[in-house]
Parts: sequence; C-alpha cells; structure tokens
Amino acid sequence: MRYTTGIDVGSTYTKAVVVDEDHVIRGRAAIPTGFQLADAAERAHHQALEAAKLRTIDIAYVVATGFGRHQTPFVDLKVTDLTAAARGAAALFPRTRTILDVGGQTMKASRIDDHTHVQSFRLNDKCAAGTGAFLEKTARYMGYTTEEIGPLVATSKEPTTISGVCAVFAESEVINHLSQGVSPADIMHGAIVSLVGRSIQLMKRVQMEPEFTLIGGILRFETMVTVIRRELAAEVNVPPDEMVQFVPAFGAAVLGHRRLRARDAETTAASPAGLEHGAAS
Amino acid sequence: MAYAAGVDVGSTQTKAVIIDEARRIVGRALTETGSNVMRAAENAFQEARAAGDVREEEVEYVVGTGYGRYKVTFGNTQVTEISCHGRGAVQMFPATRTVVDMGGQDTKAIRVSPAGEIIDFCMNDKCAAGTGRFLGAASAALRIPLDQLGPTALRGERPVKISTTCTVFAESEILSWLGKGKKTEDILLGVHQSIAMRSAGLMRRVGIEEQVTFTGGVARNTAMIAALNQKLGLTVNVGEDAHFMGALGAALFALDHILASRAPAHAGPGAS
Repeated sequence: MRYTTGIDVGSTYTKAVVVDEDHVIRGRAAIPTGFQLADAAERAHHQALEAAKLRTIDIAYVVATGFGRHQTPFVDLKVTDLTAAARGAAALFPRTRTILDVGGQTMKASRIDDHTHVQSFRLNDKCAAGTGAFLEKTARYMGYTTEEIGPLVATSKEPTTISGVCAVFAESEVINHLSQGVSPADIMHGAIVSLVGRSIQLMKRVQMEPEFTLIGGILRFETMVTVIRRELAAEVNVPPDEMVQFVPAFGAAVLGHRRLRARDAETTAASPAGLEHGAAS
Repeated sequence: MAYAAGVDVGSTQTKAVIIDEARRIVGRALTETGSNVMRAAENAFQEARAAGDVREEEVEYVVGTGYGRYKVTFGNTQVTEISCHGRGAVQMFPATRTVVDMGGQDTKAIRVSPAGEIIDFCMNDKCAAGTGRFLGAASAALRIPLDQLGPTALRGERPVKISTTCTVFAESEILSWLGKGKKTEDILLGVHQSIAMRSAGLMRRVGIEEQVTFTGGVARNTAMIAALNQKLGLTVNVGEDAHFMGALGAALFALDHILASRAPAHAGPGAS
C-alpha cells in the first residue's frame, strides 16, 4: 500500500492528512500555524504520521498547499489552495460545482468543471468583515472564545441586524446592542447572517451552480450551514464534523496519488523504449 | 463678559472648550467617552468651565459636535464635526486650506475656503484602516502604551512594509514581523507610514492645497506628524490644541450665535 500526505499551511491552522491509495484517510492533524511556517508544516506532518502509525519513509509523495506552502521545504509538489480544495471537495462529493471556503482570515468561492478544473474564483483576504475573523472578533467583544460560538448561537431565537461593514466598527455596534438588552446569542446569530450575506455575494460573482460544497474551519458552526442553506434555498454538501477544515489537505494528498499513478504510467510506457530484451513482463 | 462653549463627543474621547468674546480659549477639558455618553459630555463641559473659572450662567451658548453631539443634552444646537474641525483649524492657522483630522475611529480630509467654509470632504466611514484604531491594534499587538508608539517609532531606521489594509489583519501581520525578528521600532515606523499613506490618499481625493493643518487626537503623535510630512512633502501645522480643534470650532459657532443674537438690539462694539 502506498501513502501520500497533503499539508495545508493556513493562516491560522496547519493541517496534514495521510491518505492511502483508496483515498481513505489514515491519519490527520491540525496545529496552530504560528510564525514558523516550515516548523508548523513539519510538526503537523509528524502528528498525522503518528496518528496513522506510519513513518516518514512510508510516504511516497507529499503535496503542500495553503498560504505557507512556499515555506515548506520537504515537499514534492506545491499547489494553490483552490486546486487542492477542488480536488478534495470533488473526491468527497463528485457532483460539486461550486465551493465556498470560509477560514479564519480568508473567504474563497470557486466554480469547477466536470474535470475538477477551477473555472472561476473570487477571494477576500483584505477585509476581516468578510472572513471568520469577523465572528471571532464579535465573540471576543462579548467575552466569548471562538470555541464558544457554536453553543452560544445555538440558543439564539432571532438574529439581530449587524451591518458587518467593518470588524473593528462592529465593536461599537455590539456594545450598543448589548446595552439595549439584546442577547449575545442573537448578536452572534446576526454576525453569522451578515457573514453569510458576504459569502453569497462572493458565490454569485463566480456564477455559482449546484452542487454546493462548503468547507473551511468556520463551517464547523452549524448555524453557518443552516443560514447558507436557507439563503441559497438549495441543498449544500458539508463534510462531516472536523473534516470541513481538512478538505484542501485531503485534496492535496489525493492529488499526490494521481501524480504517482501518472508517474507509474510514464515508467511503464518508457520501459519498452529502454530495449531491455532480457527483462520478462 | 459672555462665554461660548463647544463640546466634541468623539468615539474615544470627549473634549470641551470655553472661549471668551475675543475667541481666546479660557478653559479646556478632556475625558474618556466611555459608555455613558451624556455624562461624558456633561463632565467635560463642567471641567472646562472650572478650568477657565467661568460660572455656568456666564456660558451663553453651547454647541455640540462629534459623533455623540446629540447626547450633549445641555447644548443649544449641534454642528457636524467636519464644519467644526474646518472652523477650528482656520482659526488657529488662518492660511489653512486642507485639514486632516485623525481620530479614534475615523480619519477625515477636509478642504476649506479662506473663510473656513467647507468646500469638500472625504472620510473613511466603512473601514477602520488608516485611523487611530490602527495604532490601537499596534499598541495591543506590541504591548506598548499608545502614548509611547510615536517616540518608539521615531527610533526606527528600516521601516517594515505593512501590506495588510484591514486593522484586524494588521495585528497578525505585526506579530508575524516580530516572529521574523524585526525590531519593534522598525515595525512601528512602518505602521505610521502605512497610516500616513492612507490619509494622504484620502486627502488627494479632496485635493491637497497648502497649508495643511493636522487635527485630532492622533496629531499628538510625533511620529505620525513626521510620517505625514514625509509622505506629503510639506510641513503640516500642528497646534498645541490640535486635539481640541473640533471643540474649538464648535465654540466659535456658539460665539457666532451669541454675537448675532445681540446685533439687532445693540449695533456696534459698545454693546454691554
């Protein structure tokens, strides 16, 4: 059995996934990226190997993606986040045509064709109001951590209106709402509705088509998924549980196997030209 | 003697100024706006009055300005901060044609006529980039008090290029520069230059005409003054009362009202 690793060095977390030839995940790990990108990539790789009970020499191919991919020295191939996400989403949901990826510091929408090639994409990494950082800031203004966002918003009855123009200016808006007695849950819900509004705009700009696949760490919040489904008035694919944040790393590993197969084919095709008469088969 | 007052309720701090009929500042006060905006306005006004040794009944007219101007419940009327900053800047530096005002949450570029009237203005109202909040983020990320940012930045020699626009992302960028071993003073110099660049962009949209007067709380920051001068290639006017310019403008509008209301009854300067 051959194995590949996909490593996604993201702005907030670095994810590594070890995948076998049948595209089954044998081990995975996510660690905070910090500022030493190469180090983060290496540590994530080792943790994923440990989880898979494999050694470095068992890995036939390593593919890196994410914003820190150029700082990872030990890889065979580097691909963009969009390519990796497309491969991962299509491997999980073959009918995927539009991918929305909402992470801590970026939001990306892309449209792919039948061959998993990216046809169109739009991304936002310039303004926190259009990324997960908006939800994290809103939570922090109210004294909640990122991990508490899910449980908090689950108790909301009705979202309050949050303009979502600027993550910094949101602070005064949040304070105003709190002073008027609006519950933190309803404010959080409002922030999610505002972020979803921005997501839909981005998806419209890539001429979205079904099926829709949602990925990225922010999709761990079920309310995000619920609101997107409602706003799109369509079904959406969401990888189960923590898998939402591993899709590009998984896609990178899947791409690794594809490269290995292509290399096998080349080698086989090349052998006859080598005129090795004595070699049977 | 009659006095006029201006109260400028900003997003971060509330400023009050009392002037006499000769347009001289006799009292000023500065308080944190906090969550009780009405009380902040009242406190600032009372403190300025006390500082000027002026009795409450001697203050004939009060103008509120700033984002919380409608919370100046004791004020007689309200004037926008754009008008007040323009008016105050021209009073202090009569040759002023362009005003750049940097406050806690917004930065404004204002072009004024020789008479101090507003010709055009431009402000960032959708995004905190290039405002005092950007400095607040740097202060939090580097754990340096706000008033030490300027002096520290002035020691910088090789400014770091801050590439992010968003204040939220700038905080992580600052930390990443620290992680790469950059000096705090070089990072801070880069932060100041980045804000100066954004402000200059805003100013170009209204047209930069000399002289340029720099007002608002951030005008106390010496590194910001230096960065603006460098970016604009000129020397901006910064008065000791730069921080009080909005309140001063408001007080001048209040004085206008006092003088105008007297005019029909007592024509001439001999009015009691």
